[in-house]
Amino acid sequence: MNAGDDSAGGPSDSPTRAEPFPYGILGVDLARIVRSIPADEPPPLAPNAELAIIGRSATRLDARDKVTGASRFTVDVGLPGMLHGRILRSRFAHARIRSIDASAALRAPGVRAVEVLAQPTAPHGSNASTVRYVGQPLAAVAADSLAAVEEALQRIEVDYEPLPFVVDLATARRPTAPPVYTADDAPRGSASGYPAPAGLPLHGNVRGPAIVDRGDVARGFADADVEVESDYATQVQTHCCLEPHAIVADWRADGLTVHVSTQYTSGVRHELAEAFGLPLAAVRVIAKAIGGGFGSKSTLGVYGRLAVGLSRQARAPVRIVLDREEEQIDAGNRPSTWQRLRLGARRDGTLTAVRLTSYGSAGVGLGAGVWSLAERLYPCANFLGEQHDVFTNAGAGCAMRGPGAVPGAWGMEQAVDELAERLGIDPLALRDRIDPSPVRREERRIGAQRSGWFERRPPAADPGPIKRGIGCAQSLWMTNVQLNAACEVRVHRDGSVEVFSGVQDIGTGTGTVMAQVVAEVLGLTPQAITVRIGDTRFPAGPPSYGSRTTASITPPARTAAWHVLQSLFREAAPLLDADPAALFAHEGRIGVRDDPARSIALAQAAARSRTDFVSAVASRADDYAGFDVRMGDAAIARQYLGGVQFATVAVDTETGIVRVERVVAVQDCGRPINPRLIESQVQGGVLMGMSFALFEERLLDRHTGHMVNANLEQYKLAGACETPDIEVIVLENYQANSATDAYGIAEPANIATAPAIANAVYNAIGVRLRSLPITPAAVLAALGKIPSRDAP
Amino acid sequence: MQQSDPSAQFGRSTVTLEVNGTTRVIEVEARTTLAQALRGPLGLTGTKIACDRGACGACTVWLDGSPVCSCMLLAVGVGHRQVTTIEGLATADELHPVQQAFIDEDAVQCGFCTPGMVMSCAALLNDQPDCQPDDVRAAISGNLCRCGTYPHVLAAMHRLRKDPAP
Ligand code: FES
Ligand code: FES
Repeated sequence: MNAGDDSAGGPSDSPTRAEPFPYGILGVDLARIVRSIPADEPPPLAPNAELAIIGRSATRLDARDKVTGASRFTVDVGLPGMLHGRILRSRFAHARIRSIDASAALRAPGVRAVEVLAQPTAPHGSNASTVRYVGQPLAAVAADSLAAVEEALQRIEVDYEPLPFVVDLATARRPTAPPVYTADDAPRGSASGYPAPAGLPLHGNVRGPAIVDRGDVARGFADADVEVESDYATQVQTHCCLEPHAIVADWRADGLTVHVSTQYTSGVRHELAEAFGLPLAAVRVIAKAIGGGFGSKSTLGVYGRLAVGLSRQARAPVRIVLDREEEQIDAGNRPSTWQRLRLGARRDGTLTAVRLTSYGSAGVGLGAGVWSLAERLYPCANFLGEQHDVFTNAGAGCAMRGPGAVPGAWGMEQAVDELAERLGIDPLALRDRIDPSPVRREERRIGAQRSGWFERRPPAADPGPIKRGIGCAQSLWMTNVQLNAACEVRVHRDGSVEVFSGVQDIGTGTGTVMAQVVAEVLGLTPQAITVRIGDTRFPAGPPSYGSRTTASITPPARTAAWHVLQSLFREAAPLLDADPAALFAHEGRIGVRDDPARSIALAQAAARSRTDFVSAVASRADDYAGFDVRMGDAAIARQYLGGVQFATVAVDTETGIVRVERVVAVQDCGRPINPRLIESQVQGGVLMGMSFALFEERLLDRHTGHMVNANLEQYKLAGACETPDIEVIVLENYQANSATDAYGIAEPANIATAPAIANAVYNAIGVRLRSLPITPAAVLAALGKIPSRDAP
Repeated sequence: MQQSDPSAQFGRSTVTLEVNGTTRVIEVEARTTLAQALRGPLGLTGTKIACDRGACGACTVWLDGSPVCSCMLLAVGVGHRQVTTIEGLATADELHPVQQAFIDEDAVQCGFCTPGMVMSCAALLNDQPDCQPDDVRAAISGNLCRCGTYPHVLAAMHRLRKDPAP
């Protein structure tokens, strides 16, 4: 019906209708586009300026519970008869388990269940008997009290045969390095949905390369007038959710109920059903308040399976809460990376070739690539990317806020600045030439104005010891959508409204934006909507990862509310002596559009319902323009998410201390639903990016494999004293793709910060830091004032 | 190591605590921290434990009105000092101004650091109604927030600041 509907995942042959949608960037090129949409989708939503609730900063619905301590996190869940569980973990970075004897633990006072994971076999036997990192779970105990658990754990006897190991990326790449895996027992898929292509060769500890080869890079470099080539490295960052991973498992004859601190209730339910051979109907997963996730709480995890196993054995609820050390060593991390980037360009900046080689380590896991940011941010006909995963004897990495894109931008956004300098072109002007995105063009324009970019001086311009500089970097992220996402809206006979979905709120305000969308449709306030989420008894919720939650759950929320409203219109029509199609909802009333004086209370219409409540369930429709990629329940939209950030820094060249003074973050997320919640998300992304750039680093002792800063005092996080002034500007970028046209922002806000800071540091001191974190020692070494850390 | 419900076989003592204006008598092991006692036997789970060693501030409560990390104190060592937790900050129908300002400025994301953050901010405001941004930064320098609420916490405190009398 409509041009552009030929894609995979475009509308099928079910009934459709054509509607005009707002399309484009507010203030730049906002226009209308006609889309063919499924007949049961609601009509187009006007731009935010014409709406009452969407686009306004409604107060977070659960804020009161959070500031009074009433919110119930998983760590706060206590059930009658609940036991406490803890995990016994490997003390060795690599060892064969000769034997493991838990019989004394089982007899210890108060002990109710023991689960043993590492089943010893003959030497050279199955991999289940090999531990590959310090902190790998071996067994777990449940008892009446944590004190009893701790006593019992000490009675488990493990006979280790230590093996050679390697914990750092550079050493692990050497052919002589101790192998972490053999080809037979190496993991094939990546944990946590992190992208890691399957079926790649393994040589020593190096798996890959995963190759993307387009055009002819040799030709491209031959055609280049200038080239830049540099190496960039990033460290391991840990998620540091303030609420540790926690679970309360309650196995009963009639089914399993699990309270868990998770980013994906529906996914955990599937994992539990499969792991324990239960029907989905017998598994319930609840996550009411979640103290952060950032990618690390995407799956059930070994600790979760152990808790359920213990509960099944003991026939009692079991709670496992990881302590901070466990969080740091075995709860996921952002893999370390090393990459070499070579760019070729013509004098005018046109890219002729891009070549990327990367090696990264997700410890014993996979997924340490730098994503395809270098390939996609600035299109170039000739591109060659070769990415490798390197195994090390360290806890498995997993997705973390902008996985792959964060190290990807760290390299590419510095390389482009290096190219700009080589060409003698302003870094923003170069991006204007090589970045075709109209969204980022506008973001650069706004950010340049707000950040004082035009007062930017040449590198190292300040005469004194404190040198100031400004830098910018761009972000790129996939627009993820979960199709397996549904929402139910009920309007009761008294006019009260409930909204249900399994979706969880990890701190982004998911429940609040759902209430806003429903309130907009029904002509109510968000406070009038009771949102019930975080429970698999409700319609399927999407995960809170991949910045997909808002994009996935707000369209079904609006669609369900719209269907309920159509039912209410039918009830109201006879009372108003009007056609249902002539009615509208506004401020708690249903009225006649052409004669607003004729109206009744919404509750009056609801009271006529045949049953206690009028209800509708809706699921996420396909994007109206179709998808770029579709994989089962998930899809990627045709447009990207992005953002441009500008950092102003002050570098003390005597102490090496870098202070980020100000960050301007100009971001896009389709239609913004709640500007203040978005601002919170962006501030969080910037702060996590700054913390990554300057402070954070997991340190493993190469002689023991133990993490030496497995806590929150030596593992440094940015605090209030380091917080810069952050200005957040969000575009309205209408894409005419769903019932709300809203997308996520958490990850895009985290991707550009570190390279923007590095570019600013370069502008300040005239020396480029290509390895993270940018510590005072690294700055002083770069300035030649002290020997470098890696010097022999 | 973390929140504990010490069981009978590990030697318990009876402790009397003054919590949120009420006298509470509980049985704890000598090694039980105040944070554990609050969250366990006293059922006051608003106080959080995130590091259990004085590095994050999630467990911040007041002792006689001054903020302390309750994970760094033994319950048996509290004595007669008045303990105030996040549950004791608001009255039945009125939030503490800091709580209301946190709501208004969205100084809350996941909310796990929030009780500790609120307790630190409220103590500062009591002591120093004209606190400047740098005073706020210093007062919450021990309260880690991984979600990054610091800018909105500063905004909330800015809203409450009483300018000193001229
Ligand atoms: S839990 Fe007490 S300071 Fe972190
Ligand atoms: S709001 Fe999540 S840690 Fe502060």
